[in-house]
Amino acid sequence: MCLAVPAKLLTCVNGEGVVDLHGSQIQVSTVLVPEAGIGDWVLVHAGFAIQRLDEDEAAETFALLADMERAQAETHHEDAKARKETRGAG
Amino acid sequence: MITSEREKRVVLAHGGGGQLTDELLAGTVFPRLGNETLNELLDSGIVDTSAGRLALTIDGYVVQPLQFPGGDIGRLAVSGTVNDLAVCGAEAKGLALALIMEEGLERVLLAEIMESVRATADEAGVKVITGDTKVVGRGQADGLYITTAGIGVVPADRRMHPDQVKPGDVLILNGPIADHGLTVMLAREMPEVKSVLRSDVAPLNSLIVGVLGKGGDAGVVFMRDPTRGGLAGLAADLAKRTGYRVVLEEDAIPVRPETRHAAEMLGLDPLEVANEGKVVMVVRAAQAGAVLAALRRHPLGADARVIGRVEEARDGICEIRTIIGGRRVLQKPYGEQLPRIC
Amino acid sequence: MATVRADARMWVDRLAAAAETLARAGRSVSFMEVCGTHTVNAFRSGLHGLMPANVRLLSGPGCPVCVTSQGDIDLLIELGMRSVNAQNGRGIVLCTYGDMMRVTGAAGSLELARSRGADVRVVYSALDAVKLAAVKQDQGGRGDVVFAAVGFETTAPATACAVLEAQRRGLTNFAVLASHKLIMPALRALLGTFTTEARRHGTGLNVDGFLLPGHVSVILGADVFAPIVQDYAFPCVIAGFEPVQILSGLTRLTEMAAESKPQLENMYPQAVTARGNRVAQTVMEQVFEPIDACWRALGVLKGSGLGVRAQYQAYDAAAKYGLVAVEGKEPPGCRCGEVITGRCTPGECPLFGRVCTPIDPIGPCMVSSEGVCAAWFKYGGQKLEVVSPKGGGA
Repeated sequence: MCLAVPAKLLTCVNGEGVVDLHGSQIQVSTVLVPEAGIGDWVLVHAGFAIQRLDEDEAAETFALLADMERAQAETHHEDAKARKETRGAG
Repeated sequence: MITSEREKRVVLAHGGGGQLTDELLAGTVFPRLGNETLNELLDSGIVDTSAGRLALTIDGYVVQPLQFPGGDIGRLAVSGTVNDLAVCGAEAKGLALALIMEEGLERVLLAEIMESVRATADEAGVKVITGDTKVVGRGQADGLYITTAGIGVVPADRRMHPDQVKPGDVLILNGPIADHGLTVMLAREMPEVKSVLRSDVAPLNSLIVGVLGKGGDAGVVFMRDPTRGGLAGLAADLAKRTGYRVVLEEDAIPVRPETRHAAEMLGLDPLEVANEGKVVMVVRAAQAGAVLAALRRHPLGADARVIGRVEEARDGICEIRTIIGGRRVLQKPYGEQLPRIC
Repeated sequence: MATVRADARMWVDRLAAAAETLARAGRSVSFMEVCGTHTVNAFRSGLHGLMPANVRLLSGPGCPVCVTSQGDIDLLIELGMRSVNAQNGRGIVLCTYGDMMRVTGAAGSLELARSRGADVRVVYSALDAVKLAAVKQDQGGRGDVVFAAVGFETTAPATACAVLEAQRRGLTNFAVLASHKLIMPALRALLGTFTTEARRHGTGLNVDGFLLPGHVSVILGADVFAPIVQDYAFPCVIAGFEPVQILSGLTRLTEMAAESKPQLENMYPQAVTARGNRVAQTVMEQVFEPIDACWRALGVLKGSGLGVRAQYQAYDAAAKYGLVAVEGKEPPGCRCGEVITGRCTPGECPLFGRVCTPIDPIGPCMVSSEGVCAAWFKYGGQKLEVVSPKGGGA
């Protein structure tokens, strides 16, 4: 019962905030994280921000995700190269 | 208890394109309608006639909302049907469109949707050659339902079929998954969300012709589009139908970051989400390079990649190798996709 | 072709090394996770297949949906059907998280109730239900909104906020059916069977450590679990939910067991602090009080649920509609109770896969998409024993 996602807080007024999900923006309640400010990373669960995240650690999570995407892209290029070479040889 | 209730009434999950849809068809439809062609359960029914091999397909479109980022029910109604013909290697020759409209539907909206039908049909190089319209009372038809039938011609030397699939064949996907289903779900369930997601809905016939050419198979032994039931449904069905082990590589399957983030928030698995501009090709390994190159030349295939392969084990299981190096079975989803918090 | 992340490879190697140390001492270990999301993500990432033979990961009663009692679900269905049977629009709109839709009681499921005309709506946030009620009240509409409040401590604060928001808006047509469960009483009940005697007879909990739920810990704080390590002298790790986080948590548990150095380790420090989210704890305590609660397949556990406090009675659906849950008997042959206490695997239940499947579930472990039997079935717990041509693993 624990799906929660890190997201960046874009706005926050009177307990109502908007977070960024790689471009999409959703409303969340920020009443449980009164200390969170604009630009902070928060953990979002069922429409509520439930924790302010340590930015370095959160960034690390996203860096890991970015690494994955980079690795995918690299595999992609290697595949393309390998195919070219195979075709050339075939 | 549940079984007997579901035997008495249709539930929403029966329309999900998953295991429950299969169960409904097997229980109520096929025992009465079954025949050689229907029982193949391919995206189009192919019949041999003196005029050549004809492919016929039909789909109902009941998407809500009617308009969503990246498309609308009109674009969907053309693309979906053109694609069902295209993945069977057929060249679309004409579409038939039946509109069921709810009393009170705004004519301006209807006009926009018809414009979308026209634009998409032009893009696909096909015409709507006949149609029908009905109006039902307020509260029925959710605004508009569209049913599209399509007819096409399959070249005589094109033999794509699941029976052709062999160990060693590879699976190729033309681009990132889950965009359509997530876009529509967000638009319907959370319209207040400012979403950057866009449906991938598009006719794929020019992409596919770019690979297959006018005749022959170019190494492609079978194709399917991962609509309802997602990539998981397609791959699980492929394994079951061919009887071989199908293996997918999780890290090779592209998902846009914004799509993945939205899916995580809603607790949905991108593998199970519908796509409307994607095709999976099963290709002889020796021709995989050429197929990839042809796909990548086309805007709808720029991100094409090999995502899996067919293996020798005769167990009909679809397996996915995960990013931590683990292995698990990939099953066809049951039915409805619901946002979860768990 | 496969790209396994470098950090995953490192953790798998370390796990193998720690397991090897244990094996040399003739030891095998079983750890238990107590969070449905851990259950699903562990199976989904194929973690179980990567584990050495002498390391096991058991699933505990961590799926709050599966442990919601049959009686509570029947109440929800009954409330939902009131909108069908109601006259003059005085029906009830039942709002629920998606997780609850397919869960069955004796009277069917919410999904089936909806197909018979009940106004059941899936919401993403409890506040959506409050907003719905506010709109209804503004428009002078009749009929009420009830929110099915299910979940552990991760989710209970959200329900509490919803109740307070309803009060702030002066709503008279909103209530929650409180079915929240608490993790610590469940752990204590499990550990209550953790006696040398019981272990000797094979009737008690047999674990060598806990993988603790990361997001419940966000709310409660890490310190609350320290007594377990002290009293039982076994390692506990608080872990996040990404595959690598679960893998690394399992590895640390195994390493600590191999070194006989039991500690409480917080491997999710970006989100979990020592004392947790005090604001969330306060709002939970303000609106709720601990009550005895019935856990499906486990029975009544003292102080394991949350009841709405008297001063918020107006928002308590049980009080408002005079509801009393009536518990039925579990189906014959169902071993869910043993499965979620780690005493039997899904495969060992005679009903599993034969008459009990995710499409036709019998017991709660199969009903919920996070139940261990459902996860085992969906992700093929046993099917991938077959060696593929290249051998198992990465």
